[in-house]
Amino acid sequence: MVQAPPAPWIGASLPRVDGISKVTGRARYLDDLPAAGAWHGATVRSDIAHGVLEALDFDPAFDWSSVVVVTAADIAAQGGHNVIRLIQDDQPALVPVGGKVMHAHEPLALVAAPSRALARAAAAAVRPRIQPLPAVLSAKDALAGSVALHGTDNVFKSFLIRKGHREDAELERALASAALVIEGEYTTSPQEQMYIEPQAMMSSWHDGRCHIVGSMQCPYYVHKAMKTLLACKDDEVVISQSVTGGGFGGKEEYPSMIAAHAALLARKAGRAVKLVYDRDEDIAATTKRHPAWIRHRLGVDASGEPVAIDVDVVMDGGAYLTLSQVVLSRGVLHAAGPYRCPVVRVRGRVVATNHPPHGAFRGFGAPQTTFAYERQMDKLARARGEDPLALRKRLALRSGDTTATGQALTFSVGTDAVLAAIERAAGPPPQRAGRSLAGSPLRRGRGVCFYFHGAGFTGSGEARLAGRAAVAVVLPSGAEAASAAPVRFEVRSSSTDIGQGSITMFSQIAAASLGCDPQLVRVIDPTTDKVPDSGPTVASRTCMVVGRVVEQACRTLRGRLEAWRAARGPAAESLSLPEVAAAMARELASDGKELVELVQYEPPPGIVWDDDSYTGSAYPVYGWAACLVDVAVDLDTYEVSVLRCVQAVDVGKAINPVIVRGQIEGGTLQALGWALIENVIYKDGKVANANMTNCIVPTFADAPELETVLVEEPYPYGPGGAKGVGEIPMDGPAAAVANAVEDALGCAFDSLPISPEKIATALRQASARSDGKAGVP
Amino acid sequence: MTAYLRPRSLAEAVAARAAEPGYLVLAGGTDLMVNANHRPAPAGLIDLWRLPGAGEISLDAERGQLAIGAGATWLQVQRHPLVVRHAAILAAAAREIGALQIQARGTIGGNVANSSPVGDSLPVLLALEAELELCSVRGTRRLPYREFCTGYRTTALGADELVSAVLVPVAAPAVRLFWRKVGTRRAQSISKVMAAAAIHLEDGVVRRATVAFGAVADRPVRLAGVEAAVVGLAPAQAAEAARAAVAGAIAPISDVRSTSDYRLQVAENLAARMFSELS
Amino acid sequence: MKVTLTLNGQEAAVEVPPWRRLLDVLRDDLSLTGTKEGCGEGECGACTVLLDGEPVNSCLVAAGQCDGRAVTTVEGLATHRRGEEILHAVQRQLVACGGAQCGICTPGIAVCAAHLLERGLGAPGDGANDGASDGAGVGAQAALPLAGKSEAEARAAVRELLAGNICRCTGYQLVVEAVLAAAREVADGDAGATGRPS
Repeated sequence: MVQAPPAPWIGASLPRVDGISKVTGRARYLDDLPAAGAWHGATVRSDIAHGVLEALDFDPAFDWSSVVVVTAADIAAQGGHNVIRLIQDDQPALVPVGGKVMHAHEPLALVAAPSRALARAAAAAVRPRIQPLPAVLSAKDALAGSVALHGTDNVFKSFLIRKGHREDAELERALASAALVIEGEYTTSPQEQMYIEPQAMMSSWHDGRCHIVGSMQCPYYVHKAMKTLLACKDDEVVISQSVTGGGFGGKEEYPSMIAAHAALLARKAGRAVKLVYDRDEDIAATTKRHPAWIRHRLGVDASGEPVAIDVDVVMDGGAYLTLSQVVLSRGVLHAAGPYRCPVVRVRGRVVATNHPPHGAFRGFGAPQTTFAYERQMDKLARARGEDPLALRKRLALRSGDTTATGQALTFSVGTDAVLAAIERAAGPPPQRAGRSLAGSPLRRGRGVCFYFHGAGFTGSGEARLAGRAAVAVVLPSGAEAASAAPVRFEVRSSSTDIGQGSITMFSQIAAASLGCDPQLVRVIDPTTDKVPDSGPTVASRTCMVVGRVVEQACRTLRGRLEAWRAARGPAAESLSLPEVAAAMARELASDGKELVELVQYEPPPGIVWDDDSYTGSAYPVYGWAACLVDVAVDLDTYEVSVLRCVQAVDVGKAINPVIVRGQIEGGTLQALGWALIENVIYKDGKVANANMTNCIVPTFADAPELETVLVEEPYPYGPGGAKGVGEIPMDGPAAAVANAVEDALGCAFDSLPISPEKIATALRQASARSDGKAGVP
Repeated sequence: MTAYLRPRSLAEAVAARAAEPGYLVLAGGTDLMVNANHRPAPAGLIDLWRLPGAGEISLDAERGQLAIGAGATWLQVQRHPLVVRHAAILAAAAREIGALQIQARGTIGGNVANSSPVGDSLPVLLALEAELELCSVRGTRRLPYREFCTGYRTTALGADELVSAVLVPVAAPAVRLFWRKVGTRRAQSISKVMAAAAIHLEDGVVRRATVAFGAVADRPVRLAGVEAAVVGLAPAQAAEAARAAVAGAIAPISDVRSTSDYRLQVAENLAARMFSELS
Repeated sequence: MKVTLTLNGQEAAVEVPPWRRLLDVLRDDLSLTGTKEGCGEGECGACTVLLDGEPVNSCLVAAGQCDGRAVTTVEGLATHRRGEEILHAVQRQLVACGGAQCGICTPGIAVCAAHLLERGLGAPGDGANDGASDGAGVGAQAALPLAGKSEAEARAAVRELLAGNICRCTGYQLVVEAVLAAAREVADGDAGATGRPS
């Protein structure tokens, strides 16, 4: 048999499959879906952080006959369990009367009405009576333990990584032997995902099933949660993703909550109910990036070689566990950084507070710990008078080295390539002093950083998850029958396209593997009764893991088609692959069978992970990246401008380079925003800046021209060599900014965001130290 | 049901205002329409958007004033050659309000009447010693802008009055203008500190200065103490005198956007910068 | 009240309360769901439409204010010739250059960028749009969007003029590329580039 020509679709920047529907406004997001007769839902929330819900009072002046009200009592009445199932069943869908309110903005009751305005009015006419309890409003308070929210110590989960030592005393001895120990303490702020489409969900009950459609990343997370909440069997709940206007982790776990509410309302109202959050509600109530408090010690010998690293990570999990332990896990697994070191200890704790639960956000714990270790590396360079990039080149992990968990790196290590790319792009550093157009003095500086990101689920996660995807041959029917195409190849997976381009990417992978035109491939919308569970759309795994499964399904199918053709002898020789597929599908159809290939993910060989000791292969492969940032600080206003931002990322193989660039640049700007201007401000446990005016993200005018370098160190077990890219661009740039600001001003900034207010304070303190002399040291 | 009135002239507008004092006066809606779907509908609207004649910008050569109709949008203000020539800092301020969509709708009259302490054009109007033209069925009066803001979002506007024009004295060539907005980000930004000044420099010394700040008090403020401190000084000395005079003159607050310390520090820096840039 | 407007070039009439947001009128009363709501407070620009030819946030426009005026939405950007849809240059380039990801901000960006291309990427104060002080908006000079601008100036102008449209996916870089590519297409004299009658 003749080998197929090399697949031209891998590495081609095909236009996005859903592009035209999006630029014309025809793409229908949840709130755009026709919903004749649907009612609108609204949520009654707590306005205090901790207390006992004594009663829900209903304003007698309101006409309650015109609306439907759901409380926790309705869940049990239908045999369901009042819990949003995830890792631990600790978060209720609605706080029951008599139960504890654990955070501000927590859902207490639901209403539905024929119009949005009436639903809002009804929600406002429900008056919760809450007996306040003392609240825990920071991780430090949680650890102090004066109020117990979880167990006796408020620790949801802790992890310990030890490398090269067995007891703490050994670690301390190693640090004591160091010629130089860099000690630092770092804090990072909560961050709002700020997808531009607010959370939205619609539910209706018909055909004996509960149907839920909405904006989400993980249809099977919602499916699992609904079965428990609604006491339904597998096939009694159908979850479909609508076109989703961004997620970034924010639509990973929280949609289960909104789906629960929509389903409960729809069941009681006996009609479809739409639940669309307003922006203010979305910012206040849904998850944010975990704020973190990280202490880091880095000891080196006289030659500058690391002898020991000790990291202590504390994250504020908020009121319920949700995904916090997994976020913490990824945080600690990245905390020692991509640097060689014989002795490493990483301790991590995520604690309970009365903040709204913190949750998934691009990077998933790694940006927090990356910020800390890359500040540390910069301080080491400064202390030794060593060039910061040279230091990273000297200490970075390479093939043959082992990580903090003892994982030996053997392939796809892009260290040298990404560092070389940054070196090439660097050019001369910016002139230190200058003046702005407005006449203010400027100080400029440069920062670099180097980082890695484990792609796919942690440890044995992928093996446990066993994600599946299928490719089916679908014969044209109806209007399609007249078209020229003999068949289409239907890719079925639960991976959602939330803007990252998975539909296009899967089309390219399938076309390349089948040896057909991508026009013949259709990636169908994820609906739980039509697609297998491919695992969630998270963890930089969609292309690398699910794309791999799609690739294998298509290869297997192609093998079957070619075997079928070969078996039919010369008569079939001239048939094209799609024609063979059509003939074979017809043959199977006559037996009532479908021509379909369902494949389950198989982790690459040699992945061994031990959850008890936290040792082994934490991830099947890592992405590698380096970043260079030049900044200017205005000495009148203390505002930081990012003059340049170059990021080089080892992506294994870019299936679609333009889409990959878009992923990297989007993540980069989220990281620059987190570094400088983004913040969620809690006051008494409530979000004090719950609107887009005050909870700001960068605009066109704030963003620098972003320079992106794609590096390709192929991953042998990824589709076409690809590995994860979604999260890594979020990890490093914040540290690069902090390093650049320190370079510019000579003061350290170890707390995010590096706001003008913090810079003003730091410069004032610095000038007070230098004898009250005004200006910059 | 909300009533809707669209006057076709200023005369009709003031008549509507007099007849229906409870109606909401709406122009570009960039503030009043925020979250409009969450708020109770007003009894009625008096819609001044594109009120004929209300957006004109002209030069009153006799009085030496630029007359800017209250209905002029920020796009019109920033792009009008007369404004660019005679009140450059007003054009500059207009260009930094919100972004294009807000500039296409927000009007100078709306900014004045709404009287937010963070209204972006207001410190400029103070520094330029603008006057307002206020109209009602009772007639037309002029009021120095300085006397217009009476407190936090309160003004001297009568219940039956409308702001019909902003009158900006044409700056003499020897007068140097300064404007700086410090916001939460580069665009679509609420101000944390704004500084505006008109400085008359003669023979190398400051003869007279008007210095105004925004977002540092419950209303936009002129800083008489700073203005007095700099008279007769060369720029470098004036800069230090201005810096020193700010602290006693304002006591800004801390809020979700910034801190009291930062606002004061930046106000001091900008007060100094206004003068140090002169040399 | 009865609001009569020219919507994407066609006369339309709708009976709505005057205080209702134009955004809701478009989406709920006229079933034009291409215009999106991202914030309801004039911050994100997802709801951008042209009102009498100028880009505005439709969440901040009262329905009554639209009576007798012209409104253009994303649905009105493309033209049709012999039944075939011809995308606006901006739409075409947003697809080609990767300027649309999740797509929720894209209609607003497309509308605003199309306006910039047709009305000129003129920097404020440069006289490109002087003149009209009442009635129908700020002048309508022919578009020579990139004329006399360096690459860096053109990029800076795009960034300033699109700053009212927030995108969380792209980091803006590929959107800037797309708008400049569309501007070049228009400047190169491709008559069909904007897809609209001049």
